[in-house]
Amino acid sequence: MLTRDNRDPAAGPRLLLSLLAIVLLWPGIRLSELDLSVLLATDSQSEMGRFVSAFWPPAHGEEFIQLLLQATLQTLAIATAGMALALLLAVPASLLASRALSLSAASRGGHPSLWAQLLRWPVRGLLIFLRSVPEIVWALLFVRAVGLGPAAGVLAIAITYSGMLGKVYAEIFESVDQRPAHALMQAGSGRLAAFCYGILPNVAAELLSYTVYRWECAIRASVVMGFVGAGGLGQQIDLSMRMFAGGEVASMLLTFFILVMLADQLSRLLRWRLA
Amino acid sequence: MTLRLIQASLSHANGVHALRSVDLHIGAREQVAIIGPSGAGKSSLLNLLATALRPSSGEVQVLGERPWQLSAHQRQRLRARIGLVHQSPPLPPRQRVVTAVLAGKLGQWGLGKSLLNLLHPLDIPGARAALARLDLGDKLFAQCQQLSGGQLQRVGIARVLYQAPDVLLADEPVSAMDPVLAAHTLAVLCQHAQEHDVTLVASLHAVDLALTHFPRIIGVRDGQILFDRPASEVSHDLLDTLYANESLQPAPVPDTPLSVQIPRC
Repeated sequence: MLTRDNRDPAAGPRLLLSLLAIVLLWPGIRLSELDLSVLLATDSQSEMGRFVSAFWPPAHGEEFIQLLLQATLQTLAIATAGMALALLLAVPASLLASRALSLSAASRGGHPSLWAQLLRWPVRGLLIFLRSVPEIVWALLFVRAVGLGPAAGVLAIAITYSGMLGKVYAEIFESVDQRPAHALMQAGSGRLAAFCYGILPNVAAELLSYTVYRWECAIRASVVMGFVGAGGLGQQIDLSMRMFAGGEVASMLLTFFILVMLADQLSRLLRWRLA
Repeated sequence: MTLRLIQASLSHANGVHALRSVDLHIGAREQVAIIGPSGAGKSSLLNLLATALRPSSGEVQVLGERPWQLSAHQRQRLRARIGLVHQSPPLPPRQRVVTAVLAGKLGQWGLGKSLLNLLHPLDIPGARAALARLDLGDKLFAQCQQLSGGQLQRVGIARVLYQAPDVLLADEPVSAMDPVLAAHTLAVLCQHAQEHDVTLVASLHAVDLALTHFPRIIGVRDGQILFDRPASEVSHDLLDTLYANESLQPAPVPDTPLSVQIPRC
């Protein structure tokens, strides 16, 4: 390894980076007050045991199932409507923020001109702002504006998720081979046409899979927002927890498991169709 | 004068000087081959002429315009009249051949027509005709990832034929084809150029192909033009100078000396 013949110029930096990661990890563990031994203490174990044991058996009364079904539909509706609204903002913003549509990059070996980079910053800033405020804060804000109910959840998801989707879409556009689009722009094509012919075929599977994953996340997020009165399964979980009805909570967690599994299968199906 | 370089230099971002003060004039309807060793700057030269890259210094004139003094919109309109064939055509693997060929006209179509064409190909006969000239008519609805390197090169050429530009530039257009197919494809390019009054500039690795198909030969070495003369005046010694490579270790010489046959037209 140390002889001159088989020396890899990348070995030094790699070793340094590994050391740096370890050095940074230690204060991180201290700061987050992580102490795994607490989990093994007997009194905390019995406390957790009591919490979990209340979950059995899952509630399955007819009236409760009706309620559960309705709450599930509402959760799905919140997540889907929120995602649809988020896409309305995320797609144009990602196109503006991405370097993939840069005409100047096409004739400068992939590096956009300084002006083009500066003009992308406001859009990036907007996306950063949209997603830096947690959706629960948006939900609390909108509950005050539109009142208790699912509408607040939809708006909160739409705003936060447009920030996340826009950022990741823009990065997905940049992560694939840019030469097809550059070749088209060098042959006189417009940016949007070059994007649709040169980039979209390469990113379609990745875009779909990320969008379905985010939809799955939106379902989970709508639960957290249910705790602050934004409707759906979350509100039901909140109510059941307050009434110490562990069985009902268990049934709702099972419903989640099924929803996430369905989203996973959907994503797999779409990827298979596109690959 | 269709293509003109005046003291044009090109250096890449990593500091490599790809071209150094090149002067070049190519008239309308000329057919020119560029030859030279690997890394000599053939691709850079073609990219400058195609207005794909901006020269670091000097001037480029294409079709009577100065592309780098035009507005971006006008430059795109000029670029629609220039076709560049890439050595390994950059095509999305999942794109169908028919879409890849029809994309040649994106510069002339509006956005609406371009998007409609993605949903349903608008000119299937046109794409089929362009592919049929290159013996690829049966691959019309195949995906690009199902094609071999030589077939992809022909799809790239079919796209430029369909684009029907005024200036046709080709960067090693036949490097992945067998000799018969390479000769046929070059003949198709030259014939298309003659029929449609197109200026044709192609870089080639195969010297014999260049000398057979092109009346004017430009030799490029170390980012400069070493010679620029009619094919009939390119001598053996000239080619030896062009391709001389001091840093290569000579292979053990076989008993029977290799005779390099360079056919002439």
